[in-house]
Amino acid sequence: MSPTTANRRYALETTGLGRRYGRRGWALRDCTLGIPAGRVTALVGPNGAGKTTLLHLAVGLLTPTTGQVRVGGRPLGGRAEDLARVAFVAQDKPLFRSFTVAETLRFGQVTNPRFDRELAEARLRAHRIPPDQKVGRLSGGQRTLLALTLALGKRAELLLLDEPLADLDPLARHEVLGALMSAVEEGGATVVLSSHHLTDLTETCDHLVLLARGRLQACGDFDELTAAHRILTGPAELADRLAGAPGDVVHLDRTARQTTALVRGTRHDHHPATVSREPALDELVLGYLRNPDATAIPRPGLVPAGEGEAR
Amino acid sequence: MNHDSTIRLVKRENVIRFQLDRRSGVSPYLQLVHQVRQAIRLGHLRPGDQLPTAREVVEQVAINPNTVHKAYRELERDGLVAARPGVGTFVQASLSARRPAEDPALRVQLADWVAAARRAGLDEDDVRAVFDTVVRHAFAGTSVDRSGGVA
Repeated sequence: MSPTTANRRYALETTGLGRRYGRRGWALRDCTLGIPAGRVTALVGPNGAGKTTLLHLAVGLLTPTTGQVRVGGRPLGGRAEDLARVAFVAQDKPLFRSFTVAETLRFGQVTNPRFDRELAEARLRAHRIPPDQKVGRLSGGQRTLLALTLALGKRAELLLLDEPLADLDPLARHEVLGALMSAVEEGGATVVLSSHHLTDLTETCDHLVLLARGRLQACGDFDELTAAHRILTGPAELADRLAGAPGDVVHLDRTARQTTALVRGTRHDHHPATVSREPALDELVLGYLRNPDATAIPRPGLVPAGEGEAR
Repeated sequence: MNHDSTIRLVKRENVIRFQLDRRSGVSPYLQLVHQVRQAIRLGHLRPGDQLPTAREVVEQVAINPNTVHKAYRELERDGLVAARPGVGTFVQASLSARRPAEDPALRVQLADWVAAARRAGLDEDDVRAVFDTVVRHAFAGTSVDRSGGVA
C-alpha cells in the first residue's frame, strides 16, 4: 500500500469476516478491510451484495460465521462503553411506533450517556416534526429523519448508516448529508453510508468499499482508486491485446471498430491509436458493478499480480 | 442550483456563501477556490474578512471536509488567505484590478486560434467542444492527451 495508508488509524476493521445463512449460503465471505477513522466511507454494491450483512456484523447484531470485527482497535464486545461509541441506523429504521417523538428522544437520552438533546430537538424543529406525534403516524421520510436525529444526537464516534437517504426528499437529503459532514468535521466522527445513489456519495465520501455477491471487490481512497485505473478507448484490436492481460481488465466493451475498457494500472496507456484517461469515481464503480467477478483486492499467496483473477 | 435551506440557524453572518454546480464537471474543491478568488476580485471579500469555517461549509454545501481543507490550503499557498489556528481563515491579500478576461494579449491569442480552427474546417460547435475539453482538463488538474485532440 502507499505511504499514506501505511500507519492509518482504523475505526472499524474486519479480518476474514464471513457469515453463512443455512442453505442460502454465504451472504458475506472472506472480508478483510479497514474503515479509516475520521473519514466518510461509501459502501456500495448491488442488492444482495452483503452490505447490510457487513453492517450488522460490524455492530454485533449478527455473529460472524468466520473471522472477526474490531471497533476502535478492540474486538467487538457487548460492553456498554463500546456500544455508546457506535451509532447504527438500520435500513428499516426500527423505532417504537407507540412512542411519541418526544418520548423517543427521552429514550435516546436515557440510553446514551453523551446524548445531545439540544441538537436533537433543534433538528426535529427544523424538519417540522411535532414532538407530540406518535412515531407510528409519521411518514416514512419523517421516521428516517427521527432515526438519523437519534444517531446524530448520540454523538457517536462511528456512524453506520444503511441506506439512510432512500426515502428522503432532495432538501432533506442535502440537510442530512450536511449534518453528517459536520459531525465528521467538528466531532471527528467516522461515517460509513451505503447508498444506491452514486451522486450522493461522490462529493461526500472519500473512501470506497465495493461489495459484489458477498465478496469485497474494491476498497480504498477515492483518489488512490481512480489513479490506479484507466479508461481506454481504442480500435477493435485493442480487445485482443488486452486479452493477453486478463487480470488487468475490469470491464470491456467491443464493437466492430472500437474497444472501450476499464483496466487496472497504467500498463496499457501506450497501445496504438488508443486514448487513455483516469476514470471518474462513478465510471470506476459502474465498471466493477458490470463485472462482479473482477476484483481490485490482491489475494496474497494465490497468484502473482495481474494474473487470473478476473475474466 | 441553490440548496440554501431555511432550517439552518446562522450564528455568525458570513460574508460569502459557497454554491456547488454539480453538473459543471469542475471538481468541488476547484469550485470553492474559484468562488473565493472571484469574491476577492469583485471586492465581496476584503483583507481581514473571515472565510466560512470548514464546518459551516460542509454543513451548508454537503461536501467532504477534506474538499474544503484542500481548497483553503491552496488559497493559503497562493497567499490569498491565512489560517489562524483555532480562530479561522482570513483574507490576506486583494487580487489586483487586472481582469485576466480583458487581457488583450490573451484575447488575441485565442482569436488567432479560433481563426486557425475555422480555416481547418471546424464549425462553431467543433470549436466549443475542443475549447471546453481543453479547459475542463486543464482545471481538473489532468493533462490533455494530445492524441485525443482534433483529427
